[in-house]
Amino acid sequence: MLKKRIIPCLDIKDGRTVKGVNFIDIRDAGDPVGLARRYVEQRADELVFLDITATVEKRKTLVELVRRIAEEINIPFTVGGGIDTIDDVAALLNAGADKVSINSSAFRNPQLITKVSKQFGSQCVVVAIDTRMVNNEWFVLIDGGRTPTGVRTKDWALTAERHGAGEILLTSMNADGTKSGFSIGITSEVSNSVSIPVIASGGAGMMDHFRDVFMKTSCSAALAASIFHYGEIEIPELKKYLASKGINVRI
Amino acid sequence: MIAVLKYNAGNIQSVQNALARLGYESIVTDDPDEIISAEKFIIPGVGEARSAMRYLRGKSLDRVITGLKQPVLGICLGLQLMCTYSDEGDTKCLGIFDSVVKKFPPFDKVPHMGWNNFSALKGDLFRGVSPDEDVYFVHSYYAELTDYTSAICDYVLPFSAAMHRDNFYAVQFHPEKSADTGIKILLNFLEL
Repeated sequence: MLKKRIIPCLDIKDGRTVKGVNFIDIRDAGDPVGLARRYVEQRADELVFLDITATVEKRKTLVELVRRIAEEINIPFTVGGGIDTIDDVAALLNAGADKVSINSSAFRNPQLITKVSKQFGSQCVVVAIDTRMVNNEWFVLIDGGRTPTGVRTKDWALTAERHGAGEILLTSMNADGTKSGFSIGITSEVSNSVSIPVIASGGAGMMDHFRDVFMKTSCSAALAASIFHYGEIEIPELKKYLASKGINVRI
Repeated sequence: MIAVLKYNAGNIQSVQNALARLGYESIVTDDPDEIISAEKFIIPGVGEARSAMRYLRGKSLDRVITGLKQPVLGICLGLQLMCTYSDEGDTKCLGIFDSVVKKFPPFDKVPHMGWNNFSALKGDLFRGVSPDEDVYFVHSYYAELTDYTSAICDYVLPFSAAMHRDNFYAVQFHPEKSADTGIKILLNFLEL
């Protein structure tokens, strides 16, 4: 039976993790490689590294970091943030990333999705979609949520799939940071519309939230950041809980 | 020395990294002499069947590979290339396993992506591995079951998660990305 995936997300700036992480016995909480290794031990199913470095110069650090992560860890990982060109993608995949996550540049230029999937296979193209509900309708936002597009979320997800996306990472901006649960409605709508896997993101605060998103939608995975980093939810405990509720997870 | 096939497919670096973590040196090569003289040979890969086979035939590596006597391990696309034929790009493959590679029917999410378990484990590759352990899959095409099937995975339908014939081994999942279970399977191959 295919398992529902639990995916911690690490924010990276200038090659270091940004948000504090309180694994007690980790000496350097800013070292992405050490944290990644810890999540592997906790049986996280995949990892996502989101680079929020602004400058081009410092982005080279990211490729070097990806190389170090790939040397160390033996589960799949995705790298995202500021990927604009096929050259950016090639550099990250060649350094050992399994997948890249593309957001605004994919929206502005869906041909980028096609190019990447033709050259490297659609399995490595994750299209990240930030979505917000306005007047009961869900729309796509780009540029880190700053720019509304007026395009309906489901429509863009279908377009991304048609262009060759292998997976959708769907973040609800209404839910993100609230710890009040995933946005079930839009996650359900998108995951029922596309035939590729959907990762639910934004809003995780309690173990029940993971149960809900897996039971009430057909999403394939759930992603969270701070609740894992701050140890509010431990992954082994979460998986045991989900298994006790009849959800198939890798224990 | 372990030889890893150099060709137009992704994921080769991950396989080399995994070998290095286990303390095995490897070279990435498409040189027939290096491949023939290697202790073991691995065909890794995430990619597309037609262009991969065109590359292999262009370098006459198809005949080199089918004639190898040392242990050979195909991973993911590697397994599919070792079958008779793939629907992906209507491609004649190496014909080591008498199995046809087909696209998953659209009854569930495709690609089959994530951790899944397997059953009917046979042979040295799975020494110390139990059927309730999970390994990481990512593929849209699958190899049909044959007499050479040495592990079965069930997603939409039962398919070959692994195959074995003489010195030829193949796995549809990615042992290099399958945490501890993957390490066991890789080590079993390396210690053959």
